Amino acid sequence: MSNGTLLAATLALTTVALVVVGTVWPVHAAAVYAGREHFLRSSADPESVVRNLGDDIGMQAWARAYASLGNKAQFTQADFVSDLRGHAPSLITYAVPEKTEVLPLRVSGNDATMRLKIYWATVVGPLVSVQDIHVVNDGAHWLALWPYVKAIPVPPQVVAVNYLRWDVIYRGAEDDWGAQDVEAPHVRIIDMHPVQRADGVVILGELLNEDVVPAFVSVSATLLGKNNTLIATEGSFDKISHLLLPKQVTPFLIRFSGISMDDVASVRMTPSSTLISASADPVIEIADQHLTAQPGELLTGKLINQSGRVVNVAHVLATFYDKSGQLIWVSDEYLKEALSPGTPVPFEVVVPQDIAGEVSTQRAVVATFSTEGLQ
Amino acid sequence: MILPDSLEAGAPFTVSTSGNGKATLYVVGPGAAIKQDIQLGGATAFPAGSLSNVGHYVACLAWDGGSINGVFDVSVAAMVTELSFLAKPSRLSVGVANGITGTVYLFDVYHNLILPPATVSFELLLPSGSVVKRTAVSRGGAAWIALDSSAQQGNAKFSAQVGTVSSTRIVEQVPGDPCRLAMSAKQVSGKLELVTEPVKDCSGNPVPDGTIVTFTGTHNGDQSTVDVPLKHGVAQGELPAYPGEALSVASGVVLGNRIVWEK
Repeated sequence: MSNGTLLAATLALTTVALVVVGTVWPVHAAAVYAGREHFLRSSADPESVVRNLGDDIGMQAWARAYASLGNKAQFTQADFVSDLRGHAPSLITYAVPEKTEVLPLRVSGNDATMRLKIYWATVVGPLVSVQDIHVVNDGAHWLALWPYVKAIPVPPQVVAVNYLRWDVIYRGAEDDWGAQDVEAPHVRIIDMHPVQRADGVVILGELLNEDVVPAFVSVSATLLGKNNTLIATEGSFDKISHLLLPKQVTPFLIRFSGISMDDVASVRMTPSSTLISASADPVIEIADQHLTAQPGELLTGKLINQSGRVVNVAHVLATFYDKSGQLIWVSDEYLKEALSPGTPVPFEVVVPQDIAGEVSTQRAVVATFSTEGLQ
Repeated sequence: MILPDSLEAGAPFTVSTSGNGKATLYVVGPGAAIKQDIQLGGATAFPAGSLSNVGHYVACLAWDGGSINGVFDVSVAAMVTELSFLAKPSRLSVGVANGITGTVYLFDVYHNLILPPATVSFELLLPSGSVVKRTAVSRGGAAWIALDSSAQQGNAKFSAQVGTVSSTRIVEQVPGDPCRLAMSAKQVSGKLELVTEPVKDCSGNPVPDGTIVTFTGTHNGDQSTVDVPLKHGVAQGELPAYPGEALSVASGVVLGNRIVWEK
């Protein structure tokens, strides 16, 4: 037998051996995504039960997840999926569960409480939903009880909406040079504050639409070095409310990672605005804003949609000020749920721990998106 | 070859030659070229509009066995027939000093910029009916002016005129920031209904509908806010009602009154 034939035979045997080993003793992640983990893992303890449930949710195996629940008689599979993914189209509806995590909160002989964290991959980045799941032992098995929250339907009604709407007619391409066009909205940066953070320089600020028409706005910043040399240019991306109605103010935050303030001699700010068709509806009330010190530093509150149609995506931007009224931080949070008319939806905006102690006042604004059109 | 001494853009002209026989005349200049077979020893006429672009032209007469060159200039027509009027901005607040600028470029019938000085009359017809008139002399083909916006909101007609030629633009004068922002509160079924007085700027113009007004309520460190647009000149919003709640109102950078809800 030649050396080449021997090598080929050895490789073939090794491959077959590895395939057999991988099939009989698969690694956990492979088993989960192959849909086998459910059968391989024990359900003899509450943590495993919730972990199995998390794996089923992670694989979007809704029927199997629903079938494993101990209280499934109280709701249908469709209710269970709606409870997980939102009753109205929202960020979570179009998200994919990336991974799940289980944390034991309390365990006793007959029951336990487990925290199930589901990490969703959404179009605006990762979002985490948290469910505290009660697990009971019926004598033979441990069973997870899903904390189902029944959606309260909005009562049938007519909501009169007669807020202003702006439409824009631009000049045509065939118009002569020198012909007049509609003026871009006049916007102004009313506050700007660069700060050094551990991961680089952050530019914080506020932008005002001082015009009488709506504006689609964005802000970019350019850092210049000692010899007027260009260091970097960055935009606010989604750390801003892009739609500004007349006299509305939005905070913005621009990150420059890996740059030290010592290298920056000046900052050039470039706000931009364009006219946009818009409506003054919906009106969102931000109720009960409260800065909590523990656990973690959070701005909590509730959003109440005072209008008559569902807001599918809500983005809360919070501005924090110190005792002297100086802007010290900007945070944001996308809500996982849609905002149904008149239904309060809680939100939490994280405040960095080192800044929380300096916060004296805060101001929150909400940017919204409805599938019926950009708002 | 005898070429015109001076030629106005678009005017007819003739080129005279001596000798006999056939030749070809070439005329080349800015954005234009003419080739014409001619009979030597006569005058060749070119109709009006043959050379419409202002500039320096070269004429070349070529025949069997030789050629000669000559140059001549085409100057701008004296009469202004077209204005390009840039009025900026198309929308501004009332009461802005030198806020409205107008720039006029003067052209002849062939779109040549007219460089010699010409007097341009500017006129701003204000929403109140009064008229502001100014004149400016053009330099290098352009004349410009700056005017104040009036105290009254509305559309102003901004026109520029040279001779019988005129051009008009509309400048929208819009209200400024709210001058005095005052609200009142009343309790309606467990909530506070907050309503502003009609919101006006410092010249008395009503601030346009759609302008955002922010109501804020602070109670025991908790804060509630709602951004509402003006509707029919007033803003109306709802906040939770708590005894001792401090209520405030703002629009843009303007702060209004403050109320402490005692009930």
